[in-house]
Amino acid sequence: MNLLPSLPTIVALVKIGLLIGGLMTAAAYLVLVERWMAAWVQDRKGPNRVGIPLTKVRLFGLGQPLADGLKIILKEDFTPKHVDKVLYTAAPLVILAASLAIFAAIPFGSSLPPIPALGLTGEEPLLVAPGLDVGVLWVFALSSIAVYGVLLGGWASNNKYGFLGGLRSSAQLVAYEIPLGLGLLGVVLAAGSLKLDTIMNAQASTGVWYAFAQPLGFLVFLVAAFAEAARLPFDLPEAEQELVGGYHTEYSGIKLLLFLVAEFLHMVTAAFLIVIMFLGGWHLWGVTGSGPVETWTVALLRFGVLSAKILGVILFFMLVRWSWPRFRFDQLMNLAWKVMLPLGLVNLVAVAAIEEFRPQLVAAVGEGTAKAAAIAIPWVVFFVGWIAAGMLTPSGTDNTPIRTHGPLDIEHELVEV
Amino acid sequence: MKPTDPAITWLEEKPLGLAERLYLPLFVGGLATTARHLVSPKVTVSYPEQRPTVGNPLIYRGVHRLNRDEEGRVKCVACFLCATACPAHCIDIVATESPWPDREKYPESFQIDELRCIFCGMCEEACPVDAIELTSLLDLTGKSREEMIFDKEKLLSVYDMTKDAEPMKSASLGGTL
Repeated sequence: MNLLPSLPTIVALVKIGLLIGGLMTAAAYLVLVERWMAAWVQDRKGPNRVGIPLTKVRLFGLGQPLADGLKIILKEDFTPKHVDKVLYTAAPLVILAASLAIFAAIPFGSSLPPIPALGLTGEEPLLVAPGLDVGVLWVFALSSIAVYGVLLGGWASNNKYGFLGGLRSSAQLVAYEIPLGLGLLGVVLAAGSLKLDTIMNAQASTGVWYAFAQPLGFLVFLVAAFAEAARLPFDLPEAEQELVGGYHTEYSGIKLLLFLVAEFLHMVTAAFLIVIMFLGGWHLWGVTGSGPVETWTVALLRFGVLSAKILGVILFFMLVRWSWPRFRFDQLMNLAWKVMLPLGLVNLVAVAAIEEFRPQLVAAVGEGTAKAAAIAIPWVVFFVGWIAAGMLTPSGTDNTPIRTHGPLDIEHELVEV
Repeated sequence: MKPTDPAITWLEEKPLGLAERLYLPLFVGGLATTARHLVSPKVTVSYPEQRPTVGNPLIYRGVHRLNRDEEGRVKCVACFLCATACPAHCIDIVATESPWPDREKYPESFQIDELRCIFCGMCEEACPVDAIELTSLLDLTGKSREEMIFDKEKLLSVYDMTKDAEPMKSASLGGTL
């Protein structure tokens, strides 16, 4: 009996190892980047002391993640007496496992050229599960499971702040799943596939990123992705100032670390999805080409372009954190149900109409004009939709005090004193 | 006070214009502010390598010193006014008969517990002969409690260390400023 694993198994295991190692390192360093961004925006210098341990080399503070990690791992992992022990332990595991498993269907590059020396005769896609035809569904299913982690954590903590955090979180994440899905549906309609690498290839072969072809869908997806990742200005689930950390109030030590890593992975996932579905993935005009990968140069270039775009989106996430105040909960719900949902539907209808009538359009006005019209019409829809949403939505709340009341109730109490 | 009280002036909030309703000015304004601060000069002082600048050393309240007069003797006349004024009771003076004809007493021992001191500067204000002053030395550290009790010699050596950078304050009392 042959006990050695087959070649595809080995390749998959290597990819999983690289991906998990890369993601964990990235999460650690993104914490450092987040702290730097926070410091720079506040005119401070940020962490710049920790370098190589036991030496005086500082390296701009690049050793900080190691120190942060060691600190939080060595802290006491305290389990309060009043929690539901099973769920309390399960919550961080569920959320981290779901956040990591999402990446099985997310390509982290284009593909590698054939390596005959190792027996790889075809192009090797940079994707853990290349045969999965429902990549987008997988991503969305697992990101919904990650909500369970938040809910379980909030419920099992048996703490009112944790419970409120979990409650807010469930309402918010359920509400924003819908605009997220609508933004995504436009892309799926246009690309005709649920595979993320096919969606990237479609953008590369036409040279038109979906952010340009479907600006309204991009806007809806971007806002919903911020909300799904629970980043400011949609960070109500944890809202430190109101909820003492929300659903992870009662967690400490390594369990808290798992929650925090999962949060960063959510942001990374959101950045991946935004880049892959709307910003062309690994494609950059005149640099990466759009055909099959034949040389290592092209493979590395595409990987570099994808990584650079993702880093850019993550930096945008972090800059936004310090730019705008948090929404109030009713405003958050208004935005989801009364603004983003209709806009998403409008975008979906526009995309469907364009895709349906494209053959007739090409026959009537020719290839080039049809392509230009397919970009121009969505932009018109975008501006009309945005202005209509701005004028019609009840996003503004009347905060003026009520002045018709009689003497305030506290007045006689004041007189008695 | 009733909401209808004539003393209250109610200001009407301006209704949102189209630009505000589209969220654009907020969006651009917020991002522009953070982006500007992202690249603007930082105010952090990297302390051990880089010394913070003391605005006016003459009014800074740092480590104490005991001033010397022109002949190099301690100026203090052991009148106990500083010890009396001190709210933290950190000054301990032992007075004895002065060997010099121009004053009756002088401090045989003069100790300040820098760990108890709250650096309020009241000793400096109370002193009738400007013998005790606060310098602009701000990094005061030690490895033991004993080390942080400054005696007369130490306080005089602080004067020797700082007299060039920070002259004595009132000229009428023999100061050089």
